[in-house]
Amino acid sequence: MSMFDGKKVIIIGDRDGIPGPAMEECLKNTGAEVVFSATECFV
Amino acid sequence: MSYAVVRGAGYVLIYTPDMILHNGTTQTTERHTNPDSDYLKKVPEHTRSFEQVINYAPNQVYIGNLTPEELRHYEMPWYDKDVANANRFGKFGEIMPQDEFIGMMKMSDAFDLVKLDRGFTASVKEKLAKHPLFTDEELVNLKEGEDLSEIEKFVKEQHAEALYHEGKLVGCVKRAHDIDPNLNAHVLFENLVVKASGVLAFKHLIAKNNIDIKDIDYVIECSEEACGDMNQRGGGNFAKAIAEVVGAVNATGSDTRGFCAAPTHALIQAAALVQSGVYNNVVLVAGGATAKLGMNGKDHVKKGMPILEDTLGGFAVLVSKNDGVNPVLRTDLVGRHTVGTGSSPQAVITSLVAAPLDKGGLKITDIDKYSVEMQNPDVTKPAGAGDVPEANYKMIAALGVKRNELDRKDLATFVEKHGMPGWAPTQGHIPSGVPYVGFAREDLTEGSLNRAMIVGKGSLFLGRMTNQFDGVSIVMERNTGKVETKDTAVSQEQVKSFIAEAMRDFASHLLGE
Repeated sequence: MSMFDGKKVIIIGDRDGIPGPAMEECLKNTGAEVVFSATECFV
Repeated sequence: MSYAVVRGAGYVLIYTPDMILHNGTTQTTERHTNPDSDYLKKVPEHTRSFEQVINYAPNQVYIGNLTPEELRHYEMPWYDKDVANANRFGKFGEIMPQDEFIGMMKMSDAFDLVKLDRGFTASVKEKLAKHPLFTDEELVNLKEGEDLSEIEKFVKEQHAEALYHEGKLVGCVKRAHDIDPNLNAHVLFENLVVKASGVLAFKHLIAKNNIDIKDIDYVIECSEEACGDMNQRGGGNFAKAIAEVVGAVNATGSDTRGFCAAPTHALIQAAALVQSGVYNNVVLVAGGATAKLGMNGKDHVKKGMPILEDTLGGFAVLVSKNDGVNPVLRTDLVGRHTVGTGSSPQAVITSLVAAPLDKGGLKITDIDKYSVEMQNPDVTKPAGAGDVPEANYKMIAALGVKRNELDRKDLATFVEKHGMPGWAPTQGHIPSGVPYVGFAREDLTEGSLNRAMIVGKGSLFLGRMTNQFDGVSIVMERNTGKVETKDTAVSQEQVKSFIAEAMRDFASHLLGE
Protein backbone atom coordinates (compact mmCIF):
# COMPACT_ATOMS: atom_id res chain seq x y z
CA MET A 1 0.00 0.00 0.00
CA SER A 2 1.61 3.23 -1.16
CA MET A 3 0.74 6.70 0.07
CA PHE A 4 -0.32 7.48 -3.49
CA ASP A 5 -2.76 4.56 -3.94
CA GLY A 6 -6.16 5.76 -5.10
CA LYS A 7 -5.01 9.38 -5.08
CA LYS A 8 -5.69 11.78 -7.90
CA VAL A 9 -2.70 14.01 -8.51
CA ILE A 10 -2.43 17.50 -10.02
CA ILE A 11 1.10 18.36 -11.12
CA ILE A 12 2.37 21.88 -11.71
CA GLY A 13 6.00 21.70 -12.83
CA ASP A 14 8.58 24.46 -13.18
CA ARG A 15 10.77 24.74 -16.26
CA ASP A 16 13.76 25.81 -14.16
CA GLY A 17 12.97 23.43 -11.31
CA ILE A 18 11.27 20.05 -11.69
CA PRO A 19 9.20 19.90 -14.90
CA GLY A 20 5.80 18.15 -15.02
CA PRO A 21 6.86 15.12 -17.11
CA ALA A 22 9.68 14.34 -14.63
CA MET A 23 7.18 14.24 -11.75
CA GLU A 24 4.80 12.12 -13.83
CA GLU A 25 7.63 9.67 -14.40
CA CYS A 26 8.20 9.40 -10.65
CA LEU A 27 4.53 8.58 -10.07
CA LYS A 28 4.28 5.93 -12.80
CA ASN A 29 4.91 2.97 -10.49
CA THR A 30 2.62 4.18 -7.73
CA GLY A 31 -1.14 3.85 -7.46
CA ALA A 32 -1.63 7.55 -8.22
CA GLU A 33 -3.75 8.80 -11.08
CA VAL A 34 -2.33 11.94 -12.67
CA VAL A 35 -5.42 13.93 -13.61
CA PHE A 36 -3.56 17.06 -14.72
CA SER A 37 0.06 17.78 -15.48
CA ALA A 38 1.54 20.99 -16.78
CA THR A 39 4.88 22.76 -16.79
CA GLU A 40 4.95 26.49 -16.34
CA CYS A 41 7.60 29.06 -17.08
CA PHE A 42 7.77 31.63 -14.29
CA VAL A 43 10.20 33.95 -16.02
CA MET B 1 38.64 25.57 -40.65
CA SER B 2 39.16 28.32 -38.14
CA TYR B 3 36.60 28.99 -35.41
CA ALA B 4 34.51 32.15 -35.65
CA VAL B 5 34.93 34.86 -33.01
CA VAL B 6 32.63 37.16 -31.06
CA ARG B 7 33.78 40.58 -32.24
CA GLY B 8 31.38 42.82 -30.38
CA ALA B 9 28.09 43.17 -28.54
CA GLY B 10 25.49 45.87 -27.93
CA TYR B 11 22.91 45.93 -25.14
CA VAL B 12 20.00 48.33 -24.66
CA LEU B 13 17.14 48.89 -22.25
CA ILE B 14 14.13 51.07 -22.96
CA TYR B 15 12.23 52.61 -20.08
CA THR B 16 8.53 52.26 -20.94
CA PRO B 17 6.38 53.23 -17.92
CA ASP B 18 3.12 53.82 -19.81
CA MET B 19 3.49 50.56 -21.72
CA ILE B 20 3.48 48.62 -18.41
CA LEU B 21 -0.11 49.66 -17.82
CA HIS B 22 -1.37 49.62 -21.39
CA ASN B 23 0.55 46.78 -23.03
CA GLY B 24 1.87 44.35 -20.38
CA THR B 25 -0.32 41.24 -20.41
CA THR B 26 -0.59 41.04 -16.61
CA GLN B 27 -2.21 44.47 -16.68
CA THR B 28 -4.26 44.05 -19.89
CA THR B 29 -5.62 40.73 -18.61
CA GLU B 30 -6.55 42.39 -15.32
CA ARG B 31 -8.33 45.18 -17.17
CA HIS B 32 -10.24 42.60 -19.19
CA THR B 33 -11.30 40.47 -16.23
CA ASN B 34 -11.50 43.07 -13.45
CA PRO B 35 -11.60 46.61 -14.87
CA ASP B 36 -12.07 48.28 -11.47
CA SER B 37 -9.20 46.37 -9.90
CA ASP B 38 -7.26 47.94 -7.05
CA TYR B 39 -4.08 46.64 -8.62
CA LEU B 40 -4.59 48.67 -11.80
CA LYS B 41 -5.19 51.79 -9.71
CA LYS B 42 -1.94 51.18 -7.85
CA VAL B 43 0.26 50.59 -10.92
CA PRO B 44 1.07 54.30 -11.52
CA GLU B 45 2.04 54.76 -7.83
CA HIS B 46 4.50 51.85 -8.14
CA THR B 47 6.12 53.03 -11.36
CA ARG B 48 9.74 54.17 -11.13
CA SER B 49 11.11 57.38 -12.61
CA PHE B 50 13.65 57.37 -15.48
CA GLU B 51 16.35 58.44 -13.02
CA GLN B 52 15.55 55.52 -10.70
CA VAL B 53 15.76 53.13 -13.64
CA ILE B 54 19.15 54.55 -14.64
CA ASN B 55 20.44 54.37 -11.04
CA TYR B 56 19.37 50.72 -10.67
CA ALA B 57 22.47 48.51 -10.36
CA PRO B 58 21.31 45.57 -12.58
CA ASN B 59 20.48 48.04 -15.38
CA GLN B 60 23.96 49.58 -15.15
CA VAL B 61 25.39 46.07 -15.49
CA TYR B 62 23.23 45.35 -18.54
CA ILE B 63 24.63 48.34 -20.45
CA GLY B 64 28.19 47.66 -19.25
CA ASN B 65 28.84 50.40 -16.69
CA LEU B 66 29.16 47.86 -13.85
CA THR B 67 30.43 44.30 -14.09
CA PRO B 68 28.49 41.26 -12.81
CA GLU B 69 31.19 40.87 -10.12
CA GLU B 70 30.65 44.46 -8.98
CA LEU B 71 26.93 43.75 -8.66
CA ARG B 72 27.79 41.24 -5.92
CA HIS B 73 28.94 44.14 -3.75
CA TYR B 74 25.44 45.57 -3.68
CA GLU B 75 23.32 44.05 -0.96
CA MET B 76 19.89 42.85 -2.07
CA PRO B 77 17.27 44.13 -2.59
CA TRP B 78 18.86 46.30 -5.24
CA TYR B 79 15.87 48.49 -6.09
CA ASP B 80 16.26 50.69 -3.00
CA LYS B 81 19.94 51.46 -3.62
CA ASP B 82 21.23 53.92 -6.17
CA VAL B 83 24.45 53.41 -8.11
CA ALA B 84 26.83 56.34 -7.76
CA ASN B 85 27.70 58.02 -11.07
CA ALA B 86 25.15 55.98 -13.00
CA ASN B 87 24.80 56.99 -16.62
CA ARG B 88 22.14 56.63 -19.29
CA PHE B 89 24.89 55.58 -21.73
CA GLY B 90 27.23 52.65 -21.16
CA LYS B 91 30.06 50.95 -22.99
CA PHE B 92 27.63 48.36 -24.44
CA GLY B 93 24.61 50.59 -25.10
CA GLU B 94 22.10 52.77 -23.34
CA ILE B 95 18.86 53.09 -21.40
CA MET B 96 16.50 55.03 -23.67
CA PRO B 97 13.49 56.94 -22.34
CA GLN B 98 9.99 56.17 -23.62
CA ASP B 99 9.36 59.32 -25.68
CA GLU B 100 12.54 58.90 -27.71
CA PHE B 101 11.68 55.24 -28.24
CA ILE B 102 8.19 56.08 -29.54
CA GLY B 103 9.99 58.36 -31.98
CA MET B 104 12.19 55.40 -32.97
CA MET B 105 9.07 53.30 -33.59
CA LYS B 106 7.94 55.96 -36.05
CA MET B 107 11.38 56.05 -37.68
CA SER B 108 11.34 52.24 -38.01
CA ASP B 109 7.85 52.16 -39.55
CA ALA B 110 7.93 51.39 -43.29
CA PHE B 111 4.14 51.55 -43.84
CA ASP B 112 3.12 54.85 -42.19
CA LEU B 113 1.19 52.97 -39.51
CA VAL B 114 2.59 54.97 -36.59
CA LYS B 115 0.88 58.33 -36.18
CA LEU B 116 2.30 60.79 -33.65
CA ASP B 117 0.94 64.02 -32.27
CA ARG B 118 2.47 67.12 -33.86
CA GLY B 119 3.72 68.66 -30.59
CA PHE B 120 5.07 65.34 -29.36
CA THR B 121 6.89 64.84 -32.67
CA ALA B 122 8.58 68.23 -32.39
CA SER B 123 9.73 67.53 -28.83
CA VAL B 124 11.05 64.06 -29.70
CA LYS B 125 12.79 65.35 -32.84
CA GLU B 126 14.67 67.86 -30.70
CA LYS B 127 15.77 65.15 -28.26
CA LEU B 128 16.77 62.61 -30.91
CA ALA B 129 18.74 65.30 -32.77
CA LYS B 130 21.05 65.37 -29.73
CA HIS B 131 21.33 61.57 -29.63
CA PRO B 132 24.73 60.37 -30.90
CA LEU B 133 23.33 57.59 -33.12
CA PHE B 134 20.77 59.36 -35.30
CA THR B 135 21.49 61.33 -38.45
CA ASP B 136 19.43 64.17 -39.90
CA GLU B 137 18.38 61.84 -42.74
CA GLU B 138 16.95 59.40 -40.21
CA LEU B 139 15.14 62.15 -38.30
CA VAL B 140 13.29 63.10 -41.49
CA ASN B 141 11.37 59.82 -41.06
CA LEU B 142 9.73 61.26 -37.94
CA LYS B 143 7.77 63.54 -40.33
CA GLU B 144 5.78 66.45 -38.93
CA GLY B 145 3.11 64.64 -36.92
CA GLU B 146 -0.71 64.78 -36.94
CA ASP B 147 -3.44 66.64 -35.13
CA LEU B 148 -4.37 64.89 -31.89
CA SER B 149 -8.02 64.78 -33.01
CA GLU B 150 -6.95 62.65 -35.96
CA ILE B 151 -5.16 60.21 -33.65
CA GLU B 152 -8.16 60.06 -31.32
CA LYS B 153 -10.30 59.18 -34.31
CA PHE B 154 -7.96 56.32 -35.31
CA VAL B 155 -8.07 54.93 -31.76
CA LYS B 156 -11.82 55.33 -31.16
CA GLU B 157 -13.15 54.44 -34.59
CA GLN B 158 -10.53 52.40 -36.38
CA HIS B 159 -9.12 50.02 -33.76
CA ALA B 160 -5.71 51.67 -33.62
CA GLU B 161 -3.43 50.81 -30.65
CA ALA B 162 -2.95 53.94 -28.54
CA LEU B 163 0.52 55.20 -27.60
CA TYR B 164 0.74 56.99 -24.26
CA HIS B 165 3.46 59.09 -22.70
CA GLU B 166 3.22 60.49 -19.17
CA GLY B 167 -0.41 59.33 -19.09
CA LYS B 168 -1.41 61.27 -22.22
CA LEU B 169 -2.30 60.02 -25.68
CA VAL B 170 0.57 61.00 -27.97
CA GLY B 171 0.08 58.72 -30.94
CA CYS B 172 -1.16 55.39 -32.21
CA VAL B 173 -0.29 52.37 -34.33
CA LYS B 174 -2.91 51.81 -37.01
CA ARG B 175 -4.10 48.40 -38.10
CA ALA B 176 -2.81 47.37 -41.54
CA HIS B 177 -5.93 45.39 -42.56
CA ASP B 178 -9.63 45.51 -41.72
CA ILE B 179 -10.08 41.86 -40.74
CA ASP B 180 -6.68 40.12 -40.80
CA PRO B 181 -5.92 39.31 -37.13
CA ASN B 182 -2.18 39.11 -37.86
CA LEU B 183 -2.14 42.68 -39.16
CA ASN B 184 -4.27 44.21 -36.43
CA ALA B 185 -2.99 47.20 -34.50
CA HIS B 186 -2.00 45.19 -31.41
CA VAL B 187 0.22 42.77 -33.37
CA LEU B 188 1.76 45.59 -35.39
CA PHE B 189 2.45 47.55 -32.21
CA GLU B 190 4.34 44.60 -30.66
CA ASN B 191 6.19 43.97 -33.92
CA LEU B 192 7.24 47.60 -34.31
CA VAL B 193 8.45 47.60 -30.70
CA VAL B 194 10.64 44.55 -31.25
CA LYS B 195 11.89 45.97 -34.54
CA ALA B 196 12.73 49.43 -33.14
CA SER B 197 14.44 48.06 -30.00
CA GLY B 198 16.41 45.62 -32.17
CA VAL B 199 17.46 48.56 -34.35
CA LEU B 200 18.73 50.44 -31.28
CA ALA B 201 20.81 47.45 -30.08
CA PHE B 202 22.20 46.97 -33.61
CA LYS B 203 23.17 50.65 -33.85
CA HIS B 204 25.08 50.46 -30.56
CA LEU B 205 26.86 47.28 -31.66
CA ILE B 206 28.09 49.02 -34.80
CA ALA B 207 28.94 52.35 -33.18
CA LYS B 208 30.83 50.94 -30.20
CA ASN B 209 32.93 48.32 -31.97
CA ASN B 210 34.45 50.17 -34.92
CA ILE B 211 32.51 48.16 -37.48
CA ASP B 212 31.64 49.21 -41.01
CA ILE B 213 27.92 48.50 -41.37
CA LYS B 214 28.49 47.61 -45.03
CA ASP B 215 30.59 44.61 -43.94
CA ILE B 216 27.60 42.83 -42.38
CA ASP B 217 26.61 39.89 -44.60
CA TYR B 218 23.80 38.27 -42.66
CA VAL B 219 21.44 38.99 -39.76
CA ILE B 220 19.72 36.44 -37.53
CA GLU B 221 16.85 37.91 -35.54
CA CYS B 222 16.03 35.79 -32.50
CA SER B 223 13.23 37.45 -30.51
CA GLU B 224 9.88 35.89 -29.63
CA GLU B 225 7.48 37.84 -31.89
CA ALA B 226 6.18 36.79 -35.31
CA CYS B 227 5.38 38.95 -38.31
CA GLY B 228 3.21 37.90 -41.22
CA ASP B 229 -0.35 38.12 -42.43
CA MET B 230 -3.39 35.84 -42.27
CA ASN B 231 -1.86 33.48 -44.81
CA GLN B 232 1.50 33.11 -43.03
CA ARG B 233 1.39 34.14 -39.38
CA GLY B 234 5.14 33.95 -38.84
CA GLY B 235 6.25 34.50 -42.42
CA GLY B 236 9.01 36.89 -41.39
CA ASN B 237 11.26 38.50 -41.32
CA PHE B 238 12.43 40.96 -38.71
CA ALA B 239 16.08 40.39 -39.55
CA LYS B 240 16.03 42.02 -42.96
CA ALA B 241 13.63 44.72 -41.76
CA ILE B 242 16.10 45.69 -39.01
CA ALA B 243 19.07 45.43 -41.40
CA GLU B 244 17.31 47.87 -43.73
CA VAL B 245 16.74 50.47 -41.02
CA VAL B 246 20.34 50.38 -39.76
CA GLY B 247 21.74 50.59 -43.30
CA ALA B 248 23.25 47.10 -43.56
CA VAL B 249 22.88 47.30 -47.33
CA ASN B 250 24.94 44.19 -48.04
CA ALA B 251 23.03 41.97 -45.63
CA THR B 252 20.08 39.69 -45.87
CA GLY B 253 18.85 37.60 -42.96
CA SER B 254 16.24 35.39 -41.37
CA ASP B 255 14.44 34.86 -38.08
CA THR B 256 15.26 32.03 -35.68
CA ARG B 257 12.71 31.07 -33.06
CA GLY B 258 12.98 28.86 -29.98
CA PHE B 259 11.45 30.84 -27.14
CA CYS B 260 14.22 31.92 -24.71
CA ALA B 261 16.69 29.46 -26.26
CA ALA B 262 16.63 31.26 -29.63
CA PRO B 263 19.59 33.61 -28.98
CA THR B 264 21.92 30.69 -28.22
CA HIS B 265 20.59 28.78 -31.24
CA ALA B 266 21.34 31.94 -33.24
CA LEU B 267 24.85 32.20 -31.77
CA ILE B 268 25.62 28.62 -32.83
CA GLN B 269 24.15 29.22 -36.29
CA ALA B 270 26.16 32.41 -36.70
CA ALA B 271 29.35 30.62 -35.62
CA ALA B 272 28.68 27.80 -38.11
CA LEU B 273 27.93 30.19 -40.98
CA VAL B 274 31.16 32.12 -40.40
CA GLN B 275 33.37 29.12 -39.65
CA SER B 276 32.21 27.37 -42.82
CA GLY B 277 33.01 30.45 -44.88
CA VAL B 278 29.44 31.08 -46.05
CA TYR B 279 29.52 34.59 -44.54
CA ASN B 280 32.25 36.70 -42.94
CA ASN B 281 30.15 38.82 -40.57
CA VAL B 282 26.87 37.67 -39.03
CA VAL B 283 24.87 39.73 -36.54
CA LEU B 284 22.36 38.18 -34.17
CA VAL B 285 19.87 40.68 -32.86
CA ALA B 286 16.69 40.79 -30.78
CA GLY B 287 14.44 43.52 -29.46
CA GLY B 288 12.09 43.46 -26.49
CA ALA B 289 8.58 42.34 -25.63
CA THR B 290 5.98 44.76 -24.26
CA ALA B 291 3.78 41.80 -23.24
CA LYS B 292 6.21 40.95 -20.42
CA LEU B 293 6.27 44.44 -18.91
CA GLY B 294 4.99 44.22 -15.34
CA MET B 295 4.67 40.43 -15.64
CA ASN B 296 5.30 40.02 -11.89
CA GLY B 297 3.78 43.42 -11.09
CA LYS B 298 1.05 42.07 -8.82
CA ASP B 299 3.62 40.53 -6.47
CA HIS B 300 5.79 43.64 -6.56
CA VAL B 301 2.83 45.87 -5.66
CA LYS B 302 1.64 43.44 -2.99
CA LYS B 303 5.08 43.67 -1.35
CA GLY B 304 5.14 47.47 -1.55
CA MET B 305 7.92 47.46 -4.16
CA PRO B 306 8.17 49.40 -7.38
CA ILE B 307 7.22 47.43 -10.50
CA LEU B 308 10.68 46.40 -11.63
CA GLU B 309 9.72 45.05 -15.05
CA ASP B 310 9.61 48.54 -16.53
CA THR B 311 12.13 48.18 -19.34
CA LEU B 312 12.26 46.48 -22.70
CA GLY B 313 15.53 44.72 -23.46
CA GLY B 314 17.50 44.36 -26.66
CA PHE B 315 20.87 43.03 -27.71
CA ALA B 316 23.04 42.50 -30.79
CA VAL B 317 26.18 40.39 -31.19
CA LEU B 318 28.61 40.32 -34.12
CA VAL B 319 30.19 36.98 -35.05
CA SER B 320 33.13 37.31 -37.46
CA LYS B 321 36.01 35.42 -39.00
CA ASN B 322 38.85 34.54 -36.66
CA ASP B 323 40.97 37.65 -36.05
CA GLY B 324 43.38 35.96 -33.66
CA VAL B 325 42.26 38.26 -30.86
CA ASN B 326 38.61 37.90 -29.91
CA PRO B 327 37.29 34.78 -28.18
CA VAL B 328 36.42 31.84 -30.43
CA LEU B 329 33.12 30.00 -30.53
CA ARG B 330 33.91 26.31 -30.10
CA THR B 331 31.40 24.72 -32.46
CA ASP B 332 32.85 21.33 -31.52
CA LEU B 333 31.76 21.91 -27.91
CA VAL B 334 28.03 22.38 -28.38
CA GLY B 335 25.37 20.96 -26.06
CA ARG B 336 21.76 20.27 -26.98
CA HIS B 337 18.66 19.02 -25.29
CA THR B 338 17.29 16.49 -27.77
CA VAL B 339 13.79 15.05 -28.11
CA GLY B 340 14.97 11.92 -26.33
CA THR B 341 16.91 13.63 -23.53
CA GLY B 342 14.07 13.64 -20.99
CA SER B 343 13.03 16.38 -18.61
CA SER B 344 14.66 15.54 -15.29
CA PRO B 345 17.02 18.31 -14.11
CA GLN B 346 19.91 15.85 -14.18
CA ALA B 347 19.21 14.87 -17.80
CA VAL B 348 18.84 18.51 -18.81
CA ILE B 349 22.11 19.67 -17.25
CA THR B 350 23.95 16.60 -18.52
CA SER B 351 22.85 17.31 -22.10
CA LEU B 352 23.59 21.03 -21.97
CA VAL B 353 26.70 21.17 -19.81
CA ALA B 354 28.38 17.78 -19.35
CA ALA B 355 27.98 16.44 -22.90
CA PRO B 356 29.83 19.31 -24.64
CA LEU B 357 32.58 19.20 -21.99
CA ASP B 358 33.05 15.47 -22.55
CA LYS B 359 33.57 16.12 -26.26
CA GLY B 360 36.56 18.28 -25.38
CA GLY B 361 37.85 16.16 -22.50
CA LEU B 362 37.01 18.99 -20.10
CA LYS B 363 35.78 18.96 -16.51
CA ILE B 364 32.92 21.06 -15.13
CA THR B 365 35.50 23.20 -13.32
CA ASP B 366 37.36 23.90 -16.60
CA ILE B 367 34.66 26.42 -17.55
CA ASP B 368 35.46 29.67 -15.74
CA LYS B 369 32.00 31.22 -16.09
CA TYR B 370 28.64 29.72 -16.95
CA SER B 371 26.09 32.11 -18.40
CA VAL B 372 22.70 30.51 -17.84
CA GLU B 373 19.30 32.10 -17.33
CA MET B 374 20.53 35.46 -16.08
CA GLN B 375 17.20 36.81 -14.78
CA ASN B 376 17.49 39.49 -12.15
CA PRO B 377 16.56 37.90 -8.77
CA ASP B 378 15.35 41.29 -7.49
CA VAL B 379 12.44 40.74 -9.90
CA THR B 380 11.85 37.01 -9.50
CA LYS B 381 12.39 36.35 -5.78
CA PRO B 382 9.53 38.55 -4.50
CA ALA B 383 7.27 36.80 -7.03
CA GLY B 384 8.14 33.34 -5.69
CA ALA B 385 10.17 32.23 -8.71
CA GLY B 386 13.40 32.18 -6.68
CA ASP B 387 16.90 33.07 -7.83
CA VAL B 388 16.96 31.45 -11.28
CA PRO B 389 20.70 31.78 -12.09
CA GLU B 390 21.64 30.50 -8.64
CA ALA B 391 19.33 27.47 -9.03
CA ASN B 392 20.99 26.70 -12.36
CA TYR B 393 24.49 27.01 -10.86
CA LYS B 394 23.56 24.68 -8.01
CA MET B 395 22.40 22.07 -10.52
CA ILE B 396 25.65 22.39 -12.51
CA ALA B 397 27.65 22.08 -9.28
CA ALA B 398 25.63 19.03 -8.20
CA LEU B 399 26.44 17.38 -11.51
CA GLY B 400 30.10 18.21 -10.92
CA VAL B 401 29.95 16.41 -7.56
CA LYS B 402 28.22 13.43 -9.16
CA ARG B 403 30.96 13.25 -11.81
CA ASN B 404 33.63 13.39 -9.07
CA GLU B 405 34.98 16.63 -10.54
CA LEU B 406 34.01 18.71 -7.53
CA ASP B 407 34.05 18.06 -3.82
CA ARG B 408 30.67 18.35 -2.09
CA LYS B 409 32.09 20.89 0.36
CA ASP B 410 33.03 23.15 -2.57
CA LEU B 411 29.45 23.47 -3.87
CA ALA B 412 28.92 26.99 -2.52
CA THR B 413 32.29 28.29 -3.70
CA PHE B 414 31.67 26.79 -7.15
CA VAL B 415 28.42 28.76 -7.43
CA GLU B 416 30.24 31.98 -6.60
CA LYS B 417 33.40 31.32 -8.63
CA HIS B 418 31.81 29.91 -11.77
CA GLY B 419 28.51 31.76 -11.55
CA MET B 420 27.28 35.33 -11.54
CA PRO B 421 24.36 37.20 -9.98
CA GLY B 422 21.51 37.74 -12.46
CA TRP B 423 21.10 41.24 -13.91
CA ALA B 424 18.92 40.85 -17.00
CA PRO B 425 15.31 42.01 -17.29
CA THR B 426 12.70 39.22 -17.46
CA GLN B 427 12.14 39.76 -21.17
CA GLY B 428 12.03 36.07 -22.15
CA HIS B 429 14.79 35.57 -24.69
CA ILE B 430 16.87 38.53 -23.43
CA PRO B 431 18.18 36.96 -20.16
CA SER B 432 18.96 33.56 -21.65
CA GLY B 433 22.74 33.06 -21.87
CA VAL B 434 23.44 36.10 -24.06
CA PRO B 435 23.66 38.92 -21.48
CA TYR B 436 27.18 37.79 -20.59
CA VAL B 437 28.52 37.59 -24.18
CA GLY B 438 29.69 41.23 -24.09
CA PHE B 439 31.48 40.76 -20.77
CA ALA B 440 32.79 37.36 -21.91
CA ARG B 441 34.48 39.03 -24.86
CA GLU B 442 36.36 41.23 -22.39
CA ASP B 443 37.02 38.53 -19.77
CA LEU B 444 38.43 36.20 -22.45
CA THR B 445 40.67 38.86 -24.01
CA GLU B 446 41.84 41.54 -21.55
CA GLY B 447 40.60 39.58 -18.51
CA SER B 448 41.99 36.46 -16.91
CA LEU B 449 39.40 33.89 -17.92
CA ASN B 450 39.91 31.18 -20.52
CA ARG B 451 36.52 29.60 -21.09
CA ALA B 452 32.85 30.50 -20.72
CA MET B 453 29.77 28.51 -21.56
CA ILE B 454 26.66 30.19 -22.93
CA VAL B 455 23.53 28.19 -22.12
CA GLY B 456 20.07 29.01 -23.50
CA LYS B 457 16.84 27.33 -22.45
CA GLY B 458 13.37 27.74 -23.91
CA SER B 459 9.84 26.82 -22.79
CA LEU B 460 8.51 25.35 -26.03
CA PHE B 461 5.45 23.93 -24.24
CA LEU B 462 4.00 27.46 -23.99
CA GLY B 463 3.21 27.26 -27.72
CA ARG B 464 1.09 24.13 -27.13
CA MET B 465 2.71 22.21 -29.99
CA THR B 466 4.80 19.97 -27.76
CA ASN B 467 5.35 19.24 -24.09
CA GLN B 468 9.08 19.49 -24.72
CA PHE B 469 11.29 22.25 -23.50
CA ASP B 470 14.54 23.07 -25.26
CA GLY B 471 18.09 24.12 -24.66
CA VAL B 472 21.44 24.52 -26.41
CA SER B 473 24.88 25.62 -25.29
CA ILE B 474 28.24 26.60 -26.73
CA VAL B 475 31.71 27.21 -25.26
CA MET B 476 33.49 30.53 -25.84
CA GLU B 477 37.25 30.31 -25.45
CA ARG B 478 40.26 32.65 -25.29
CA ASN B 479 41.83 32.98 -28.72
CA THR B 480 45.20 31.24 -29.08
CA GLY B 481 46.21 33.88 -31.62
CA LYS B 482 46.86 31.27 -34.26
CA VAL B 483 44.70 31.95 -37.29
CA GLU B 484 44.40 29.70 -40.31
CA THR B 485 44.70 31.97 -43.29
CA LYS B 486 43.74 29.48 -46.01
CA ASP B 487 41.01 26.91 -46.35
CA THR B 488 41.37 23.42 -44.98
CA ALA B 489 44.00 22.49 -47.56
CA VAL B 490 47.49 22.28 -46.03
CA SER B 491 50.35 23.44 -48.22
CA GLN B 492 53.73 21.74 -48.55
CA GLU B 493 55.30 24.72 -46.74
CA GLN B 494 52.92 24.26 -43.81
CA VAL B 495 53.72 20.53 -43.58
CA LYS B 496 57.43 21.39 -43.46
CA SER B 497 56.76 23.99 -40.79
CA PHE B 498 54.71 21.50 -38.70
CA ILE B 499 57.50 18.90 -38.89
CA ALA B 500 60.12 21.51 -37.94
CA GLU B 501 58.02 22.65 -34.98
CA ALA B 502 57.53 19.06 -33.80
CA MET B 503 61.27 18.35 -34.09
CA ARG B 504 62.09 21.51 -32.13
CA ASP B 505 59.64 20.45 -29.40
CA PHE B 506 61.20 16.98 -29.34
CA ALA B 507 64.73 18.43 -29.15
CA SER B 508 63.84 20.80 -26.31
CA HIS B 509 62.19 17.88 -24.51
CA LEU B 510 65.45 15.87 -24.82
CA LEU B 511 67.48 18.85 -23.63
CA GLY B 512 65.12 19.24 -20.69
CA GLU B 513 65.77 15.64 -19.65
